[in-house]
Amino acid sequence: MNRVKRQLAPYFLVLPGGLWLLLFFAIPMIAMLSLSLQQGDVVYGYRFTFHWQNYTDAISGYHDQLIRSLIYAGIGTLLLIALAFPVAYWIAFYGGKRKPTYLFLLLLPFFVSFVLRTISWRQILTDDGPVLHPLKQIGVLPDSYHLLGTPEAVIGGLVYNFLPFMVLPIYVALERIDPRVVEASRDLYASPALSFRKVVLPLALPGVFAGVLMSYVPMASDYVNSEVLGSQSTTMIGQVIQHKYLQTSDYPTAAALSFILMAVLLVGIFAYARALGTEDVMKVAAR
Amino acid sequence: MSQSTLEWPTTTATPPPAAKPRRRLKGSTVLYLYTWLVIIWLIIPIAVMIAFSFNNPSGRYNQHWDGFTLKWWHPAKLFAISDLSQALWTSLIIAVISSLASAALGTGIGYALGRYRFRGSGTLNVIMFSTISSPELIMGASLLSLFVSLNVGPGFTTIVIAHIMFSISFVAAIVRARVVTLDRSIEEAAADLGATPWTTFWKVTFPIILPAVFSGILLAFALSIDDFVVTNFTAGSTVTFPLWIWGATRVGLPPQVNVMGTLIFGVGVLIAVVTNIRSKKQKKD
Repeated sequence: MNRVKRQLAPYFLVLPGGLWLLLFFAIPMIAMLSLSLQQGDVVYGYRFTFHWQNYTDAISGYHDQLIRSLIYAGIGTLLLIALAFPVAYWIAFYGGKRKPTYLFLLLLPFFVSFVLRTISWRQILTDDGPVLHPLKQIGVLPDSYHLLGTPEAVIGGLVYNFLPFMVLPIYVALERIDPRVVEASRDLYASPALSFRKVVLPLALPGVFAGVLMSYVPMASDYVNSEVLGSQSTTMIGQVIQHKYLQTSDYPTAAALSFILMAVLLVGIFAYARALGTEDVMKVAAR
Repeated sequence: MSQSTLEWPTTTATPPPAAKPRRRLKGSTVLYLYTWLVIIWLIIPIAVMIAFSFNNPSGRYNQHWDGFTLKWWHPAKLFAISDLSQALWTSLIIAVISSLASAALGTGIGYALGRYRFRGSGTLNVIMFSTISSPELIMGASLLSLFVSLNVGPGFTTIVIAHIMFSISFVAAIVRARVVTLDRSIEEAAADLGATPWTTFWKVTFPIILPAVFSGILLAFALSIDDFVVTNFTAGSTVTFPLWIWGATRVGLPPQVNVMGTLIFGVGVLIAVVTNIRSKKQKKD
């Protein structure tokens, strides 16, 4: 009797939470898949008709926005690596006792609502704001110059908002490197550059891979930055999906678009994980 | 290839040549400045938000610096916009409910995963990993798809459901990490002294994992009160604090939003610092 109880214990513990995730994470995905193949409108309701045309319509109508999102996220990811790697490197190897403090400082933006900090950037970058106004007054920039509404502003916002997702995994990977290993390579007459390339970099790469994964996916599907900092010409796929779901109630097309985005991202993730070895990526991502 | 470099014996700790420390210092100074530049860049918009909570704008909206004032911090002014205050209140209630509920549900999962080996734990791990890593947009869109299919009108309840959903996995991950490191001999000692499994759990195990549960609650609370994307999809006509801000974006934000944002920021930072100091003290003891 007691043994049976023991064996059942984990299931009882898991059941409520597991059920919640099943009902409100897994099943909604199926509902979205079903919705993406339906036909109809808000007034008369939708019917499931294997309406694959939703997908072809979505692609022919919004491939520009989809490709733009993937490109913005790609540029953003490269910028993130350039920004995050030196910072993570310095904290991991030279941070000393202050390591937690520096990490905390990097996480500070997370204590301000995502929308609010993005709006704050808009206030800073606006045409007569504290950055552009003085530069225009002393004649460095022409009067017609503006930052808001440009791809640069949108990508800048994305990079700002997702920096911690890149810094932390790289830091975790670097922090685990035994300094003696680096020292050993130096003792064997490797130049600092060679020692970095042959010892530090290979050990840090799993962290970079995890960081790319954790920042590319949310950046490609973001719609807040482009809405607040961008313009018509920077419209990203997330904005289209959000607009169709919440403003025009064009659910089937919106669901199809969401699935296309998810499929593109998943295929990308798998190809990427295959190419680099899944285990390392998953290991670091799980941390 | 790099593996062979790794395994080289490291016992020969020869003192570095004289020129080395100097060059290293130089490189690290550049990196040090770089790190601080990034940190300053991260803090700029936060500083602007805080500064404009003390602004005294001439017009209705808070776009340009017009002089220092404390008036927005006075409760009478702070809560003068009733639908904004209502939105903040709604956000707080949702955060309390969803953080407590997700802590209860997530602790169960985290404890089971850390303690037992059972069928389906692999699947559960995959689902947890998916909820943590899938884009918020997709989670929000799929939830709305479900509600549309079931003809359920979104609102307060659906926001709470969604927030619990995306917080469970974070709590479970934190609790599991704690349970894995737990010393089982303490529990066995309790059992040897005649405690029932039930008593052992509540008197011995639970107090040990409680700090992890507490961190889980705090994280879930923070995730909930700041959440915009999923909430936007599941809110219907209910307005939370981030949703109110979003709605007011086009016209410009009143200073009250800056004060509330600053308060949330301040309290969050304070809690983070205090819990950090506490856990350090506990480690020392």
